[in-house]
Amino acid sequence: MPFFEAVKLAFATIRVQKLKSFFTALGVCIGVMFLIAVVSIVDGMGRYMENDLIGKLIAINSFELRHRPNINIGDVDRATWLEYNRRPRILESDVQPVVDALPSGTLWSIYSEAGVQVESEYSRPRRGNVTAVDGDYFEIKRFGVTDGRLFTPGELTQGSNVVVLGPDLVKRLFPTVDALGRQVKIGGKMYTVVGIGESLGSAFGMSFDNYVYAPFRSPIHRLLNREAHAIDALVVQTPTADAITDGQERVRAVMRARHQLRPSQKDNFSLQTADTALDFWNKIKGYLVLAGIALPAFGLVVGAIVIMNIMLVAVAERTHEIGIRKALGAKRRDILIQFMIEATTLSTFGAALGIAAGAGLALLIRSTTPMPTFVAPWSIVVGVLIGAGVGVISGVYPASRASLLDPVAALRQE
Amino acid sequence: MSNATEEVPLSTTAERQVVVGAAGKVPSKDWVIVTREITREYDMGGEVVRALRGVNLAVRRNEYVAIMGPSGSGKSTLMNLIGCLDTPNAGEYWLNGQMVSTMRDDDLARVRNKEIGFVFQTFNLLPRATALHNVELPLVYAGVSSAERKQRANDALASVGLGNRVHHRPNELSGGQRQRVAIARALVNRPSILLADEPTGNLDSSTSEEIMKVFAQLAESGQTVIMVTHEPDIAAHARRVVVLRDGLIASDDRREKFAAKMGN
Repeated sequence: MPFFEAVKLAFATIRVQKLKSFFTALGVCIGVMFLIAVVSIVDGMGRYMENDLIGKLIAINSFELRHRPNINIGDVDRATWLEYNRRPRILESDVQPVVDALPSGTLWSIYSEAGVQVESEYSRPRRGNVTAVDGDYFEIKRFGVTDGRLFTPGELTQGSNVVVLGPDLVKRLFPTVDALGRQVKIGGKMYTVVGIGESLGSAFGMSFDNYVYAPFRSPIHRLLNREAHAIDALVVQTPTADAITDGQERVRAVMRARHQLRPSQKDNFSLQTADTALDFWNKIKGYLVLAGIALPAFGLVVGAIVIMNIMLVAVAERTHEIGIRKALGAKRRDILIQFMIEATTLSTFGAALGIAAGAGLALLIRSTTPMPTFVAPWSIVVGVLIGAGVGVISGVYPASRASLLDPVAALRQE
Repeated sequence: MSNATEEVPLSTTAERQVVVGAAGKVPSKDWVIVTREITREYDMGGEVVRALRGVNLAVRRNEYVAIMGPSGSGKSTLMNLIGCLDTPNAGEYWLNGQMVSTMRDDDLARVRNKEIGFVFQTFNLLPRATALHNVELPLVYAGVSSAERKQRANDALASVGLGNRVHHRPNELSGGQRQRVAIARALVNRPSILLADEPTGNLDSSTSEEIMKVFAQLAESGQTVIMVTHEPDIAAHARRVVVLRDGLIASDDRREKFAAKMGN
C-alpha cells in the first residue's frame, strides 16, 4: 500500500473515532506540551539572562575588578567561600595606580552599593538600592535621566549631597509632588534630588527602578562599606571587545604587585566579565534543560504505552478487516505499514496538539507572570519528531501482530 | 496404476491425465487449477483432524464449477486452499501454471491479489468504506494509480448494475446489492478465477436467483467461476458439480448427470 494511502486511511480512522483518538493521543499531547513549555521557559530565561540581565549588571566591553565575584549562580563550595572572605578589599588607594596603567580611550568608574533606608517628607521611609559612583559610571552604563540632570564633574569631585532617583522610588517617596529640587534623608544627612533616572526595567517581578545614585565622595559611601576606604568594584570599559583581555592583564599586573603576590600564588581578586557571569548561567541551564526533558519524558513513555494498548485493541477489533484485506492481496508489509502509520499519525496528531498547547502555555506564562518565555522553532520540530518517534515505537508491536495474522482465522472472526 | 485411475472420480480422461501420475509436471495453459493429492490436516488440541485426504481436481479455463458437500466434508478447507488463503500439508496445487502449494505468505498474497476474486457468504465488505472504495481495495494492493483505480472500480460497479450506488456504504445497501459490490470487487483486478463461498447463503431466494444470473452471465462471458455451496439447487446452476465427502471427492459430474442423480 502506498504511504499516502495509509496516511489517508489513518486520518479516516481518526475522524471516525474522534473522542477515542483524542484520549489515545492525550499522553503524548501532555508530554509534548510540557516539553515545549519548559523548553520555552528555559530558553526565554536564557535569552533574558544573556541579553538583558547580565547586560544590565555588566556593561558591554567591560569588566569589573572586585575582591570576589558578585554574581554567583550555582554551587560555591565552603572552601572557596572562605577564601573569598579572606581576600583583601579593593581600596580607594588602588584606583589611581590601576587607572594609570590603562591605555588612553579606556573608561573607568568605581562604585559601592547597598540597600539603605531613604526618607522624604511626603511618605513613610522606603528602601532604596543606593549606589555611590565616581568616574565615567553613567557613560559606561549608558545611563540617562528623564528629568533633571546627572552629576556635574564638580559635584563628583567635591562629593556634593546630590542624588539621582529611580522612577519607582520617586513614585513612592513623592507620590503627590514633583521630586526635582526636593530633599531626601539618607543616613541622617539631607541630599537634593537633581535628576530622575530612566527605567531599568524588571526581572522575575523584581523592579530595578528603586535606585539612588550619589557621588562616591559624598558622605553616603560610609553607609555602603563597613571597611573604611573600601570600594565594591572598579569598572573598566575598553573601546573594543578585543581590548578587554589586554585591559584585564594590565589591571591584573598592577593588583598582583599591590597585593604582593608571588608568581606561584593565585589572584586574590576577581576580574568579572559578562562571560564569566554567563558561565554560571550556562551551568544551571544544563540542569534545567535536563529536568525539562526528563519530566515530560515520563509523560511520553506513558503516552506510548497508551497508544500501544489502544493499537492492540484496534488490531483485535479489526481482525476481520485485516482478514478481508489479506484475502484481497494485502501483504504483511501492507498491514504492518497501515497500523504503524495509524499509530504514528495518532501520536503525531497528539504531538501537534501538545505543541499548540505548549506554545499557548508559554504565552500564558509570559503574559501572566514575570517569567520570560520564548518558543524556539527547533523545539517545535523536536516535538513533531518526538510524536512521530513515539508512534513508530508504540506501533511496531501491534502492527507486527496484525501483519502476522493468519488470513483464514482472521476472516472467521467477527 | 489403472486401478488407481478408476478410483479417482474425475469427469474426463483429459482431467485424469493432467492430475494422476503427473506429479511435478507443469500443467498446460488450458488448466487454471490442478490439485494433485492435496491433504490438509489440523491439530485440534492434540487430535489430528484430516480435513482433506488427497484431493485431485482439475479445472479448465472458462469452467463454471460448483463444489458441494455436507458440513465437515472439507469443502471450506478446499476453498481456502484454492483461494491461496492456506497451503496444503502435502500434494501439489498449480494455479494458472504456478506451483502455489509451496509459496510463502507474501507470494500467496500477490497471487490472491492477481489471480483470485473472492465472493463471500457474509459479503466481507469494509463497513466504513463506500462501495467505490471497497471495490478499489484490490487495486490499492496491486499498486494501481488513484485515477485508474477510480475508473476501473466505477466500471466494475456499473457492470454489476450499481453505477448509481458508488458512494453508498454497505449499511445503505440491500443484501443483493452488497453481494453485487463484492462481485464487482472480485472482478475489478481481472482475476483468473472467481471464487465464491456460499454466495447466496445470506440472501432470500429471489435475490439468490438474481446473483446466480450474474454468475451465469460471467461464466458465459468466459470467466472461470468456482462456487462452494451446500445447496443442490444453487449448485445446479454450475456446468460441473464436484461433491466432497469426508475429505475426498465423492463424485465429479456434468450438470446434466448431477441433475439426473438429484432427480432420483
